[in-house]
Amino acid sequence: MKGAGYILVHTPDMITHYGTTQTSERIVNPESEYLKNIEANLRPYERVRAYYPNQTYIGNITPLELKEIEGPWQDLECPVDERYGKYGEIMPQDEFYLLIQAVDEFELVFLEKSFVEATKPKLEQDPIITPYVLGRIKEGVESERIDDMVASEDAEGLYMGDKLVGAVKKAHAFDPNLSAHVMVENLVSKASSALALMYAVKNAGIDRDEVEYTIECSEEACGDMNQRGGGNFAKGIAEIAELSRSTGSDVRGFCAAPAHAVLVAAGLVKAGIFKTVAVVAGGSTAKLGMNGKDHVKKGLPILEDVLGGFAVIISENDGVNPELNTDVVGWHSVGTGSAPQNVIASLTTDALDKVGLKVTDVDYYSPEMQNPDITKPAGAGDVPTANLKMIGALAVRRGDIDRKELNAFVEKHGLPGYAPTQGHIPSGVPFMGHARDGILSGEMNRVMIVGKGSLFLGRMTNLFDGVSFLMEPNSGPKEEAAGVSTDEIRRIIAQSLRDFASGLVEAGE
Amino acid sequence: MSILDGKKVIVIGDRDGIPGPAIALCAESAGAEVIFSATECFV
Repeated sequence: MKGAGYILVHTPDMITHYGTTQTSERIVNPESEYLKNIEANLRPYERVRAYYPNQTYIGNITPLELKEIEGPWQDLECPVDERYGKYGEIMPQDEFYLLIQAVDEFELVFLEKSFVEATKPKLEQDPIITPYVLGRIKEGVESERIDDMVASEDAEGLYMGDKLVGAVKKAHAFDPNLSAHVMVENLVSKASSALALMYAVKNAGIDRDEVEYTIECSEEACGDMNQRGGGNFAKGIAEIAELSRSTGSDVRGFCAAPAHAVLVAAGLVKAGIFKTVAVVAGGSTAKLGMNGKDHVKKGLPILEDVLGGFAVIISENDGVNPELNTDVVGWHSVGTGSAPQNVIASLTTDALDKVGLKVTDVDYYSPEMQNPDITKPAGAGDVPTANLKMIGALAVRRGDIDRKELNAFVEKHGLPGYAPTQGHIPSGVPFMGHARDGILSGEMNRVMIVGKGSLFLGRMTNLFDGVSFLMEPNSGPKEEAAGVSTDEIRRIIAQSLRDFASGLVEAGE
Repeated sequence: MSILDGKKVIVIGDRDGIPGPAIALCAESAGAEVIFSATECFV
């Protein structure tokens, strides 16, 4: 694994207009107190930046440092409140609206002229934003034109507070798969993916042309009425990131998709089909404010106010970077069932058993990295810790640890959740960047990434899902395989041609 | 006699806690008739 990009986008005004908890509330209970109080419970951009979990996500704080800070974190002020981090950034909403237009290929996104004039100079200061991306942002239109689109052309609005600053038009007269709402969701996913991918390529220190395959693994569906969910987000994202030699495809699997996608990438690289593969996913507007009603009821701000994005670069072994050990892969099979101990065993101990490792041989487990500030007030508990307790219980049953050591196991091998509840985004992969750094510095030896997915939400099966893999230090430069190398063949042919030529000269003489 | 004999049960499981089918199996083994079972996702 060569590098990673992690980005967040603060989108307070998208919570009201695009989060399903809020859009559902507007349908079933339009006069609700919750809807009336949303604005008063939003966090300003500065607070979102000075939030421990967000700074951990973009890499300015390590999860091990966060572990030492007792939560809940929402009332604390993180001493680091930078926009930019080791892996990416926390982009503000206004600049992100310009990025949405930049990724639009079909003239669906319109922005108000003075808004563009005021915002574009800010986006130009972002070092990751390329001239190509900036060149795709249009001058803007009059505000009356935007008003008309939203009022009478079925367009969806882009707001800064109460002010309408942009509109996204539907892409078909009546196809619900190309409605303005769906186009917003997909363009937001594409824009946040592209941002994460640009960071991953930069952080990996590779040339854009080195990426030969891009795998997108979000939970969105792009397509029309003849091929709903047909894809391919990946290639469109690679196009924006100027990966001109890359092809790509999408992998789907609810929240487990990123872990599946990393396995596919590792497989493609190990098989020698592609040398460098990027795995990427962007954010989900639908999940903004998903647990907002519980947060507000408990006097908290609406904490699900950011979109998340990630990207990782998997390439052939360079003799330095951490390896993804494909001999230690766990998966939830059709026959595994839904009993929690079976689910966790299939993802952890079944994989470790293949190479004779104990549960305690893995330094850290990254199962589901949801931020407990968000999940605990909503009644879902501390998800990563709950998963670690189950792994610890399996370790007790196997005799890897004594029952008395269970709490110490959770404390030693667990990680705090710091990812926004953006479905696929928290699912194991947020730790890959930190794990790469920890393995390179020698601080960590083995890290297990676990992705889990709720397939039953699609109503096609009642099955659960999940896959896992192990990250390890590089085992050193590989000896060239026995046999004749390409260079050797070239040398032999060149020598033969030289001999042949000199033979002809001698014959002529 | 099982503790849920003659009872109709609605099961709502949690994907990161105990999933619906696992609760349903327990309820059935205790004599209940499971009339609805689902697993929800809050993350």
